[in-house]
Amino acid sequence: MKILTGNDLGTGDVIWWAGDGWSRQVGDSVDVGDKGEDLARAEEAALRVVGAYVIDATVTAEGVRPAHIKDRIRALGPTVRPDLTLKPNDADAGNWVI
Amino acid sequence: MYRYDSYDQSIVDARVEEFRDQTQRRLAGQLTEDQFKPLRLMNGLYLQLHAYMLRVAIPYGTLSGRQMRKLGEIAAKYDRGYGHFTTRQNLQYNWIKLADAPDILAELATVEMHAIQTSGNCIRNISSDQYAGVSADEVADPRPWAELLRQWSTFHPEFTYLPRKFKIAVIASEDDRSAMRLHDIGLKLVSRDGRTGAEVYAGGGMGRTPMVAPLIRDFVPEDEIVSYLEACLRVYNRYGRRDNKYKARIKILVHELGVEEYKRQVEEEFAHMRTLGLNPPTEELDRIRAYFAGPAYETGLEDSIDRSDPAFALWVDRQVAAHKQPGYAIVNISLKPRGGIPGDASAEQIALVAELAEQYSLDELRVTHAQNLVLPHVKMADLHAIWQKLDEAGLAEANLDLITDIIACPGLDYCSLANARSIPLAQKLSERFAAADRQKELGELKVKISGCINACGHHHAGHIGVLGVDRKGVENFQLSLGGSGAEDASVGQITGPGFSEDGVVDAIEKVTNLYLEQREEGERFLDTYRRLGMKPFKEAIYG
Amino acid sequence: MVEFLSFREGETGQEPAVTVESFTGQSNSTAVRIEAGEDARELLPHLDRLSLVEVNFPAFGDGRGYSAARILREAGYQGELRAVGDVLVDQIVAMRRCGFDSFRPDKALDDAAVERALHRYDDVYQKTIDGRRPIWAKRHPETVNG
Repeated sequence: MKILTGNDLGTGDVIWWAGDGWSRQVGDSVDVGDKGEDLARAEEAALRVVGAYVIDATVTAEGVRPAHIKDRIRALGPTVRPDLTLKPNDADAGNWVI
Repeated sequence: MYRYDSYDQSIVDARVEEFRDQTQRRLAGQLTEDQFKPLRLMNGLYLQLHAYMLRVAIPYGTLSGRQMRKLGEIAAKYDRGYGHFTTRQNLQYNWIKLADAPDILAELATVEMHAIQTSGNCIRNISSDQYAGVSADEVADPRPWAELLRQWSTFHPEFTYLPRKFKIAVIASEDDRSAMRLHDIGLKLVSRDGRTGAEVYAGGGMGRTPMVAPLIRDFVPEDEIVSYLEACLRVYNRYGRRDNKYKARIKILVHELGVEEYKRQVEEEFAHMRTLGLNPPTEELDRIRAYFAGPAYETGLEDSIDRSDPAFALWVDRQVAAHKQPGYAIVNISLKPRGGIPGDASAEQIALVAELAEQYSLDELRVTHAQNLVLPHVKMADLHAIWQKLDEAGLAEANLDLITDIIACPGLDYCSLANARSIPLAQKLSERFAAADRQKELGELKVKISGCINACGHHHAGHIGVLGVDRKGVENFQLSLGGSGAEDASVGQITGPGFSEDGVVDAIEKVTNLYLEQREEGERFLDTYRRLGMKPFKEAIYG
Repeated sequence: MVEFLSFREGETGQEPAVTVESFTGQSNSTAVRIEAGEDARELLPHLDRLSLVEVNFPAFGDGRGYSAARILREAGYQGELRAVGDVLVDQIVAMRRCGFDSFRPDKALDDAAVERALHRYDDVYQKTIDGRRPIWAKRHPETVNG
């Protein structure tokens, strides 16, 4: 599947296109098909996102999984600071990015 | 330390308001990201993997307690409670909100700090020796020169849109603690016939094409350094390559023209430049120099210390360096705790070091390019008290220049340019070689890790260097040996095929084992490698 | 919006600028256009018959034109020096400092933004040929004349 991601213009937070708006959780991502580029331009113009881009992802038992490690690290947070990731209570969360 | 006068302050204050205006225009949609990006980058604001990142300049790595305290306060108030000290002697905040950036800059301005030219294709923060002013062998304190050049390079009208970024270092000792010859321009102060001047090296650098800078002039008098650098920069600005960003640094120009031809062009331009009255009068350097005049040291101080506590003695032997003033010492504070993140410091740790600087180090501290901190003016008698306070804060690691004193860039955990994670590897190495005896046995061994070819982690200059690459979506690590950023500067050679993260830790262990077997009396790892060459090390790793 | 900005007194050059090659060849033109990468010093023997030099900025990040401008002014060129191409409001001040005295950007500039930019900074650290006293000269009025 194709999903759309970027950063929140104001906060810089990593965000994912969830169909009716943006989510901080990669698991909320929806397949944007071939509409990603248009969506990215419209959302950037609306000042809701910066640096939006389309990536490949798959759906696994654990949810949506971006194809590239860089986007998996973006989805989770810095693996060397588990306390600052989106899963601060899961000590093994970092394994998901590999 | 240098203090701003009303001119300096007014420029920094105006810059804050300019950036506030630019940020507001962006948030209001009057500037697109394409338009805003070059503006924010000129002020050190990046968009990284997880958030905006702000890089704050620490000119020539020198800070007062008040400045350091402010850095800690900003980390607590606007970031997530920590900052990252970099190989450019700067500080980076990783979790900045765009709307807060102008307020942060305004707070920095209250302590005479800024983020000007910490990014962009301009002259970056001038780096220098962390022992400037306190090492016994220096010709002169290099920092007045660095401050003069900071001012000269700030909003330089001709050199703000160079082909690529431009890094300058100024040192004044035989021992090079600043990787001077791996800079675009390196200045080494020398004395000749009673006059101070500089040897000039040009065209060094790391990145994709590492090069050690050749000497291009053996003496530029101090009152002509500005016009000489204008000549160097003008030749680069006009003829540096702009067709390929990977070939745009001055090192490529010097290499493609040849050193002699680059020198010739610079000399021709210099002959012209020196007629234009571009140099500040000697009174200006004297004015700046007065701020760096040695502090009021006490005399007749006790020169010996009580070494009865073995942990303290171990720390003293490793972290404390000789000071030019009897009774004083230079304290190196490691930001490389066992299993920790190289260069990271919490807001509380930053506040503690600020306090220590004020209480024990004549209100001064330094940041090193190896991502550590220095208290430059400590009475020997205060060492034990300082050590105890550092120990309570997790800052008393005794590993200066040892195998666990690792330089690592932020890597793929934070950086949008990275191909692989640097920090987890640094942490594994730190754990593998944690035993103090083993580290001491291995002696000076500089390990440097970069998460991509841009080489922010200085891997080319590591006695052992590691470069993270992306191999079909999987992190892979290339090992190199024999680099040095010191006065014996050299570029490391790649050993061969890359490794997984665990694989490279094992390979480094094999390399160090071979060194222990083969070393001769007094040889550091680097010396043994240089004597034996790559072959036996390669066999030990892959054989 | 500002499509053309001039800091010169009186008229500005209207004659179409010719290329450096045709100018230094045989042209009687008094206006020339320098492209990025061309050597401004080729014009130095002809400065007395020039009244307009246009310096083109193909992209705002291409800073070669700043050097071209300073070189011409350092050689005594008194005529109009015009920045054309991808010129942004945030660059006007630095370009003024390098000797440009008129601007024709590809994209018109906002009047208010130009005003703000021109008055943002009171002082400068470097000496150039624009006649402004650098901060170091103001700090040492007894030793630095002019």
